[in-house]
Amino acid sequence: MFELPRWKIWGIFLTIIVGIAFAIPSLFPKSQVATWPALAPRTQIALGLDLAGGSQLLLEADLADAARQRLAAMEDSVQTELRRAPRIAVGDISTSGGRISFMLRDPTQIDDAVERVRTLTQGVGLTGARTWDVTTQDGNRVFMTQTASGQAEALKNAMSVARDVVRRRIDPSGTKEVTVINQGQNRILVQVPGIEDPEALKRLIGQTARLEFKLVDQNADPNQVAQGRAPAGSQVLPMADGSGSIAVQRRVMVTGEQVAQASQTFDQQSGAPVVSIRFDSQGARRFGRATTENVQKPFAIILDNKVLSAPNINEPILGGSAQISGNFTVATASELAISLSSGKLPVKLNVIEERTVSADLGKDSIESGLIASAIAILAVMAFMIITYGRFGVYANIALVVNAFLILGIMGIFGSALTLPGIAGFVLTIGAAVDANVLINERIREEQRRGRKMLDAIDTGYKEASTAIFDANITNVIAAALMWYFGSGPVRGFAIVLLIGIITSVFTAVNFTRLLVALWVKRKRPRELHI
Amino acid sequence: MKLLKLVPDNTNIDFMRWRNLALILSILVTAASLTLVAVKGLNLGIDFVGGQVVRATFAQPVDIEDLRGRMNALNVGEASIQDFGDSRTYQVRLPSPPGDAAESARIVGEVRTALTQQYPGVKVGAGEAVSGKVSGELAQDGLLAISLAMLGIAIYIWFRFEWQFGIGALVTLFHDVSMILGFFALTQLQVDLNIVAAFLAVVGYSLNDTVVIYDRIRENMRKYRKMQIVQLLNLSLNETLSRTMVTSGSIMLALLMLLIFGPDVIFGLTVAILLGTFVGTYSSIYISAPILVWLGVKPDSFLRVEEKSTELRGSDGAMV
Repeated sequence: MFELPRWKIWGIFLTIIVGIAFAIPSLFPKSQVATWPALAPRTQIALGLDLAGGSQLLLEADLADAARQRLAAMEDSVQTELRRAPRIAVGDISTSGGRISFMLRDPTQIDDAVERVRTLTQGVGLTGARTWDVTTQDGNRVFMTQTASGQAEALKNAMSVARDVVRRRIDPSGTKEVTVINQGQNRILVQVPGIEDPEALKRLIGQTARLEFKLVDQNADPNQVAQGRAPAGSQVLPMADGSGSIAVQRRVMVTGEQVAQASQTFDQQSGAPVVSIRFDSQGARRFGRATTENVQKPFAIILDNKVLSAPNINEPILGGSAQISGNFTVATASELAISLSSGKLPVKLNVIEERTVSADLGKDSIESGLIASAIAILAVMAFMIITYGRFGVYANIALVVNAFLILGIMGIFGSALTLPGIAGFVLTIGAAVDANVLINERIREEQRRGRKMLDAIDTGYKEASTAIFDANITNVIAAALMWYFGSGPVRGFAIVLLIGIITSVFTAVNFTRLLVALWVKRKRPRELHI
Repeated sequence: MKLLKLVPDNTNIDFMRWRNLALILSILVTAASLTLVAVKGLNLGIDFVGGQVVRATFAQPVDIEDLRGRMNALNVGEASIQDFGDSRTYQVRLPSPPGDAAESARIVGEVRTALTQQYPGVKVGAGEAVSGKVSGELAQDGLLAISLAMLGIAIYIWFRFEWQFGIGALVTLFHDVSMILGFFALTQLQVDLNIVAAFLAVVGYSLNDTVVIYDRIRENMRKYRKMQIVQLLNLSLNETLSRTMVTSGSIMLALLMLLIFGPDVIFGLTVAILLGTFVGTYSSIYISAPILVWLGVKPDSFLRVEEKSTELRGSDGAMV
């Protein structure tokens, strides 16, 4: 063992140098690292929200709402498709019971109708299954039901769009390093360092922001509207400020999808905060036509099925821009502007978990955590030296290198350090010590049995290695399983443990062996105090 | 320099002599722990039962009853208030509201606003809201992670050693985990997700200790084929005693430092691991080893089948 091949020596040193190089940036403040030369490593350990301060939200898609929206969209498509020439007249169309059903006025057209609505469905994956099943009954009734794979596909698409929308909504609010990721099938995890009051964040994300412009139904009887009833072709919607409700035509003039730009401004006359929007060319055309046809009539500006305001159309609005007013504050107006320009959420999102830690608390935790870790490591190091002398010093060098390697690897993989991670770190230090304790105790034992010094060291390393291997593999199994099945803090703990076990075996066995070999080679010692 | 030796050379302690007494003691304490958990229950945090927590540090010490009154005036459920280290830091905990999930997050905002308005100079350190749905999943996740880790390890040990060793490790783990549960039931320290990490650390450490001793037992079984099992276990335990003491000692030393100087937030976690280290050390000696005797491990357990038969033939031959 004392004649290590040259490549092995270089391999060990190289690994350690690379590991330390990647750990060093984590010890300096971010602003300073940014000024380092281009070649220098810049990997920094990210701090978990519990240490850095910030907010975390776990959002869950409202599946029932998503299903309703899909049905409504498909119903629209079916109606549009069948209205195209040659028109197929249908009646009794409904979306109850989670499926679309309609009746044909002329039963002989049923094959035609089925073929045409089938073109609205799509194949999923390689199996050729469709997103919707189309079935018939009694020769004149058609049913459309979404298949399981169709639902899964639709949800997947919706969640990926929702994630992008959420990201676009948070990004302009000026915060950095926002994490927005899909979790599971129907969840989105949002982590925003630095934001300590998540209320604004929730309002921003929570708005579906479905903006619609509809004409007010002036023929509706106010008494009936108050009872929630509207004439055919109209609907009753509540006012956003709670001042009762209003009847509007079902037909949509323009929707928020045709908004190209939105920003918070102030009304020139009243000085109140408003949202200025600009339509894209198609939206501008439609808005222009609708306002030309309906001069002197009121239209309703509807956000998420609530009427923000219902101003009169004084003159045709042809320039493609408009102003939305409705009791805004500067903050709520700019939130709406952001929501509108980021697009509407394809599915309603509910906050199911919320965690906020202030930066102060995070700073206190990390300070006392670091101090405690440092004291813990120093105490263990002192203990090792008084127990094993020179071999204790080697174990300590390995320990320090190990700490750097953990930092370096976490930096490379970008895993975040959390509070439980600090505990995992301390435990790993303990486990690293164990490997050296096993080796050193074994060397003592072999010496007691009368082996010569070099032989005792050699046998000690060899015999201890099975125990080290078995003990650490069991820990790797435990850490890997908790990383895979755990969540939050459990994962934060597991990742440090997993990395720490691997680096600690490397430093405690290979690296100390190299140090011992170098010592033996240079000093040619005759006896060993251990 | 004279080096420290926690354990003198060549000890010859008859550990196995106390094995029946230790067994009875262990069974009694385990049963007591589990009874305690069943009777008193665990103080489960919002991670597992859902609800809201706001932690705040006040400019001046406040009257707990006054604070409780103000929180209950918000009408968002019965507030439970716990002091956190000093007389200025308190944790206000509220039960999960009925209804939709967004409600839970809204309540945190309301409590936060009320605190800031009614107590000038207050610093709200943390606010958390976990809906009942998520908390159920977190609890399940945690249990799953612990159970699978235990199972995976037992299977590994069964493959590397013998089935008796796998069972021994499982029983030892069960003992250690029950102990920690009992401790949490007794002290009513809050059990949150961080504590699950502690349980897993205890599982990891306890196994580490057990495996090192099993490894030595296996080695000695191959070396001394004729030795009585009890004598062999005693030998193995004595040979590894020094290592056990040094490792447990240094880990406990590190944890003790973390306990004294570390942040309040990980107090529960550190205490659990510290206790686990202690219990794990005890159980690796007094449970994992003696159980091999009861499970009938024989000195020839590690011989391959053909070796066993030649051995038998050899002794037959000697008798002839």
